[in-house]
Amino acid sequence: MKITKEEILHVAQLARLRLSDAEMDELNMEGVIGFANQLSELNLDEVEPTNHVSDVYNVLRADEVKPSFDRDDILKNAPSKERGCVLVPKVVD
Amino acid sequence: MNYEPVIGLEFHAELSTDTKIYCSCKNEFGQEVNTSCCPVCTGMPGTLPVLNKKVVDYAIKAGLALNCSITRRSKQDRKNYFYPDLPKAYQVSQFDLPLCTDGWVEIEVDGVKKRIGITRIHIEEDAGKLIHAPLGNASLVDFNRCGVPLIEIVSEPDLRSAKEARAYMETLKTILSYIGVSDCKMEEGSLRCDINVSLRPEGQDEFGTRTEMKNVSTFSGGERAIEYEIARQTEILNAGGTIDQETRRWDDVKGENVLLRSKEEAHDYRYFPEPDLMPIVVDEEWIQSIRAELPELPGVKKARYLAEYGITDYEAGLIVDNKEMAHFYEECIALGANPKTVANWVLGDISRFLKDAEMSFGQIPFGADRLCALIKEIDGGAISGTAGKKVLSAMFETAKTPAELIEELGLKQISDTSALEALVEQVIAANPQSLDDYKNGKTRALGFLVGQCMKESRGKGNPQVINQLVLQRLEAYKNA
Repeated sequence: MKITKEEILHVAQLARLRLSDAEMDELNMEGVIGFANQLSELNLDEVEPTNHVSDVYNVLRADEVKPSFDRDDILKNAPSKERGCVLVPKVVD
Repeated sequence: MNYEPVIGLEFHAELSTDTKIYCSCKNEFGQEVNTSCCPVCTGMPGTLPVLNKKVVDYAIKAGLALNCSITRRSKQDRKNYFYPDLPKAYQVSQFDLPLCTDGWVEIEVDGVKKRIGITRIHIEEDAGKLIHAPLGNASLVDFNRCGVPLIEIVSEPDLRSAKEARAYMETLKTILSYIGVSDCKMEEGSLRCDINVSLRPEGQDEFGTRTEMKNVSTFSGGERAIEYEIARQTEILNAGGTIDQETRRWDDVKGENVLLRSKEEAHDYRYFPEPDLMPIVVDEEWIQSIRAELPELPGVKKARYLAEYGITDYEAGLIVDNKEMAHFYEECIALGANPKTVANWVLGDISRFLKDAEMSFGQIPFGADRLCALIKEIDGGAISGTAGKKVLSAMFETAKTPAELIEELGLKQISDTSALEALVEQVIAANPQSLDDYKNGKTRALGFLVGQCMKESRGKGNPQVINQLVLQRLEAYKNA
């Protein structure tokens, strides 16, 4: 299976990854995809599509409020904060 | 050339559950920033979301109210995109197996009824909130809204005008508010819409290329946004151009839309099944238990009002559109009041008082029994209709009964003929010109004299009685 450079760049962009030319050359995407594609060799004509491997369903909780976390704890990992909020570069969308 | 608009809506409603969709943080608008957050809703690694049962209950309830089939086995999926208000970098939503499908809702525009198809209703989580001002080149993120449960109601492309789209939005709002699954507060962003619009030459079956408009958060804004987009596309097509499939952003203040993303820049969401959340399996028993909770829905209620209460279609529509008003109205009727009279009060003076006081119908400080008592005082002739309005006004201020207020404000009407006769005689004597006019056939003089008598009685005279007395006296003079 042929993977073009454009396809790799598109996927990298979706994952917000920046790849240098050297990194691009090192990537063996065809090998990776080929490995995973072995799965498509299986005959699944008689098998229902599976989204989950276990038979567990309806894992639900009651609608009861429990205490939230302290704001300082929630923001502890934020590299930049201001006025009780996470500070991010200006977004225009 | 004449074009026919084809419009479809994605209608998002925040559910009024006590907690968020996947964690037990409080779901409430207006809390201090980032105080209703935990590792689950802020997307910390290693956390495990657990679905709130009430979210499923509410979505099924909405599905049943909108005549949908309930999916017996549905699942949740991750919708992947990067945005600062989405800490997990994916939104949990439903892709190919939404909870509800194939429904419909009836709308009415200018007396014409039309059925609008509902493609699907799915559950999903809301994102956080970005605060842009007042920092120049940075934005602030408040995660309180992350994980607030939403339902997205997707319509078929069955709408053909901005007016129909507005009627559809209003109908959905009324239904959701009746079944109590959303507080439907537009000003708090509880309801939001994305609108798809395309045009096709009249008579053509095939759809034209559509654009999607984001950021519509009021119904009047939605109507204007659609009118604007129809005009924009018409202009392009008439000039020989083509419509590009793109996402545009509605600016309600400027009254225009601007390009947000072209087709090339469209998001590639790479949906895949959410591995942390198990399938939702709904059996008949669950569906029936929710169906049993459904109240009388607005469409059925309106038809009943028309059949039972003898009020106009317009009046019935206005009352039914406001769940709390309808509740109050029905309470009055249950107490034996005349449906037409009550309709006049709730739609007239009561609505006016509430509007001036910026109150909703649910905030009326008195019960249906008090309004009924007031109506009885007027019907029984104890006070005039005008005095009744004064009593009503006072009922908004104090907890006193209408009878107490009539006494206190001295509004008791004088219906006693003997008490009014002298007053009538006095007024006629003071206005000889009017008497002459009446004798000469100018019957307008009667109205003037009755008005003078009312004034003289400081509004307390019973107008019917006064009218009768003045007429009798004038006729007596005329024939003398």
